[in-house]
Amino acid sequence: MALQSLDIKARSATTTPPPDVRARGAVPVAKLIDISKCIGCKACQVACMEWNDLRDEVGTNAGTYDNPRDLTAQSWTVMRFSEVEVEQDRLEWLIRKDGCMHCADPGCLKACPAPGAIVQYANGIVDFHEEHCIGCGYCITGCPFNIPRISQKDSKAYKCTLCSDRVAIGLEPACIKTCPTGALVFGTKDDMVLHAEGRIADLKERGYSHAALYDPKGVGGTHVMYVLQHGDKPELYANLPRDPSISPLVSLWKGVTKPLMSFGLGLAVFAGFFHYVTAGPKEVEEEEKTD
Amino acid sequence: MTNHWVDIKNTDLVLIMGGNAAEAHPCGFKWVTEAKAHRKARLIVVDPRFTRSAAMSDFYAPIRAGSDIAFLGGVINYLLGHDRIHHEYVKHYTDFSFLVKDEFAFANGLFTGYDAEKRKYDKSSWGYQIGDDGYVRVDPTLQNPRCVYQLMKAHYSRYTPEMVATICGTPKEAFLKVCAAIADTAAPDKTMTIMYALGWTQHSVGSQMIRTGAMVQLLLGNIGVAGGGMNALRGHSNIQGLTDLGLLSNLMPGYLTLPNDAEQDYAAYVGKRTLKPLRPGQLSYWQNYPRFHVSLMKAWFGDAVTADNNWGYDWLPKLDKGYDLMQMFEDMGQGKVNGYVCQGFNPLGSAPCKVKVSNSLSKLKFMVVIDPLVTETSEFWQNHGEYNDVDPAKIQTEVFRLPSTCFAEENGSLINSGRWLQWHWKAAEPPAETLSDQEIMAGIFLRVRALYQKEGGAFPDPILNVAWKYKIPSFPSPEELAREFSGKALKDVTDPKDPGRVLVKAGEQLSGFADLRDDGSTSCGCWLFAGSWSEKGNLMARRDNADPYGVGQTLNWAYAWPANRRILYNRASCDPSGKPYDPTRAIVAWDAAAGKWGGADVPDFKIDSAPQDGMNPFIMNPEGVARFFAVDAMAEGPFPEHYEPFETPLAVNPLSPKNPEVRSNPAARVFKDIWPTLGKPDAFPYVCTTYRLTEHFHFWTQHVRLDAILQPEQFVEIGEELAKEKGIKAGDHVRVKSSHGFIVAVAVVTKRLKALTIDGRKTHTVGVPIHWGFMGLTRNGYIANTLTPYVADANSQTPEFKAFLVNLEKV
Ligand code: SF4
Ligand code: SF4
Repeated sequence: MALQSLDIKARSATTTPPPDVRARGAVPVAKLIDISKCIGCKACQVACMEWNDLRDEVGTNAGTYDNPRDLTAQSWTVMRFSEVEVEQDRLEWLIRKDGCMHCADPGCLKACPAPGAIVQYANGIVDFHEEHCIGCGYCITGCPFNIPRISQKDSKAYKCTLCSDRVAIGLEPACIKTCPTGALVFGTKDDMVLHAEGRIADLKERGYSHAALYDPKGVGGTHVMYVLQHGDKPELYANLPRDPSISPLVSLWKGVTKPLMSFGLGLAVFAGFFHYVTAGPKEVEEEEKTD
Repeated sequence: MTNHWVDIKNTDLVLIMGGNAAEAHPCGFKWVTEAKAHRKARLIVVDPRFTRSAAMSDFYAPIRAGSDIAFLGGVINYLLGHDRIHHEYVKHYTDFSFLVKDEFAFANGLFTGYDAEKRKYDKSSWGYQIGDDGYVRVDPTLQNPRCVYQLMKAHYSRYTPEMVATICGTPKEAFLKVCAAIADTAAPDKTMTIMYALGWTQHSVGSQMIRTGAMVQLLLGNIGVAGGGMNALRGHSNIQGLTDLGLLSNLMPGYLTLPNDAEQDYAAYVGKRTLKPLRPGQLSYWQNYPRFHVSLMKAWFGDAVTADNNWGYDWLPKLDKGYDLMQMFEDMGQGKVNGYVCQGFNPLGSAPCKVKVSNSLSKLKFMVVIDPLVTETSEFWQNHGEYNDVDPAKIQTEVFRLPSTCFAEENGSLINSGRWLQWHWKAAEPPAETLSDQEIMAGIFLRVRALYQKEGGAFPDPILNVAWKYKIPSFPSPEELAREFSGKALKDVTDPKDPGRVLVKAGEQLSGFADLRDDGSTSCGCWLFAGSWSEKGNLMARRDNADPYGVGQTLNWAYAWPANRRILYNRASCDPSGKPYDPTRAIVAWDAAAGKWGGADVPDFKIDSAPQDGMNPFIMNPEGVARFFAVDAMAEGPFPEHYEPFETPLAVNPLSPKNPEVRSNPAARVFKDIWPTLGKPDAFPYVCTTYRLTEHFHFWTQHVRLDAILQPEQFVEIGEELAKEKGIKAGDHVRVKSSHGFIVAVAVVTKRLKALTIDGRKTHTVGVPIHWGFMGLTRNGYIANTLTPYVADANSQTPEFKAFLVNLEKV
């Protein structure tokens, strides 16, 4: 939020072009999550709650280490624990820090019908500006990673901001600062790719022949990337999508809205259309479940 | 730790066993990831559970809880049998060649001198052969069958890979793979670090488990070197300080020991502790015991103690027995204790066998609880339904709660696992009604002293003579106390070689323990801390992380005891001629031109003793070398022997199946009433172990909202196979029962706990994290120690929390 409007590269439901006078655009940033170094201590969850002043419920235990059990409007990042045996008799406990991936091609932003509720900054951060959020939940449909959550309290969508307020003044995100093992690192996207290469070489030397960087092309690459020991099997990591892409429905919506918006239709029409569209995702979700 | 956290980055191999550093020491664990990243170090984890540390490992081997000596004894057997040891190191720097008394023997699981009635050894045969010159006899050829090397080899020859598999359940291939990796570090330019914690200490043979680990390290030449060592990861931010300052019933600060009943004579007391060298040319640093002791008495009693009254020796308590935690609650239960001051401690949660602790507390007349938090102990008399089902009407104990500040609300020093005294500064104002611990204790002391002054009493001298020279008597400041521990000159301290030269002027702070004197001219509250606050100021407050040699020994960061030394026994990192075994990791070396030792660390040695003088690196031992043969230092024998936990699934000790006396530790103290309470495998077939989780810190963070969010509710862990057998699904509630009580919790069903084959039988393990109770912000839970037996280690009296028996059912 603290980045200035000059840094905005894309804005939801907006057809006016983004500002373009700056000589040098911001350098794309990235968070690299090295799953092979993550001990699942959840210090990053605490840092996130502290910096962003979030306090989720004191929940219950559902028979796993995951807690809070899922992302919520108060929990923008959670650790997902998976016990897998890729080779026989060689147990692995894969712990993935889940949260917004800050897609270069953000489905949430594309899906969002509220002008300016979702923005993308020149450095790649995708941020929700909740004051414009109308609580429709369309970003959830648009997101291939199932990240945004609508708050029960104010009916607005929330997710990780990549600490855009900290990054804007040259600080690393709170989770990065707190991670005790160096599983989380932050910098320019180029540097993070380079760092990942070193980590992947180390993992290969230790016998993980499929170690790889997760920076999925289907969403244009991401500004949150993973180092995976088993790059060939992302689904091992609590169902990390193999080839995430934006739902075709969102493209449909985009195709229709653009001309609609440019004709400057009134809000009533907009709302009516929106009602029509929201019937869609439900069907899609059901279809997905039967897969 | 012999080494320290940062130094772990220098290692080639990390063995985490008897601990779970990634879980319980996540910040320190980062140095393991550094070693992996920068030295291509490998991480091996040996644990009953596939832990968070195991998740980070290159290799994991399972082991049954409580069988670590068998495993490590097997490693010793492997190293000796394959001759994969650091030959020069063990020959020169250990007792390999020392000859042991002919009377000493081991048979049927017992060493010579056992008294079954007293459950104690007469240790007179556990010693060296002493020559006419008064020194230990040695055989440098190592051929003499009475030399330590030969005795040790024979002792551990019984620990075959098959025996390891029988006792530990570790598959033979996995065990041999671990052995091979460990053996590689016998090379002079390779090293291994062992990281352990309560997973070794909390057993009835815990001290000997740690010794066995140390023996492995000595065989490999991994003690005293960068990236090596025996590294105890302490469980509380200042538990290291607790032992350093002697807060155990038989200790005084700096590991000086309290006299026992028979030691009424001062000269005999110090004489016994002033250890003369056992080999020619050795330093035997404890020869300085009188300097440490007299300086301590001067710190406590000031002008009231002189040579004429033996420095107040008569005022020291003389112990008739140990007064450890277990003994105190035993005595309390027998109605022999009126009052109990419980400071910064939650025994209802932290001591074994909750019902016994609760009953004992109920017999008190009064209890004073000094704590920043509302502990379960302070509310033990309240009924909290199923979680604390007591009848308050039947408990007459009067409880006083004195809320205290916490570490963040005061200045002071904390000592970390690496022996660093780090000063910290107050970060927040305490809540209005709290007082600091010093204020509370000073308040009690001053009132008690006033009563003695007014009314006299049985033996007022030790109380009335305490020196109490703080600016504000009711509030000794942390700074004043720190200066007192570091010590000062009461008269001019002069150079013994040049008496005209004054080293420290009267009234000045001492610069280190070399300045201490036994004539009453120095005062020092803890000799190990001497120099931490010198005339240069508060060295604990230093925060310069410059690392000029690049091996992580940041000498200007805080202050490490002793003498700001970062790696203990570091002389052993050099060969006998004084050259570093591994020049890429050099920490000290002999500088012939300068005629002294120097380098990246403070030499743990007589600084000007040239290699040809023949002084050996282990200067705290009168032998000058490290001991495989512990002489009489341990309760259960000079060589660690595997004994089963007191609650064991096995009918006999597989190493000595014919002797029922040695199934479990024959030298461990067991109170009479406890024997019948111990669980048997017919009723309680599963091995159980308790532990901590990253998300919580002991019984503190259950009071913290953020931590409560991360792990809100009590759970137990069971393997998939056992869960299937019992029809339990993840998320079901289960009752875990031991012979001491039961708990009910959510079941986490996991692949990370596998059944092991122990002595031919399938054995399941149940895991119980400890962090819940009936106070705080997490969901109410049962105290995990409801389940644990009231038995402890024979040396340290640390309770056996890590291996006992339970049964399990779905509720
Ligand atoms: S992960 Fe989801 S919420 Fe985050 S930027 Fe991508 S589409 Fe948007
Ligand atoms: S703080 Fe780091 S190690 Fe801990 S859970 Fe988060 S990413 Fe993993």
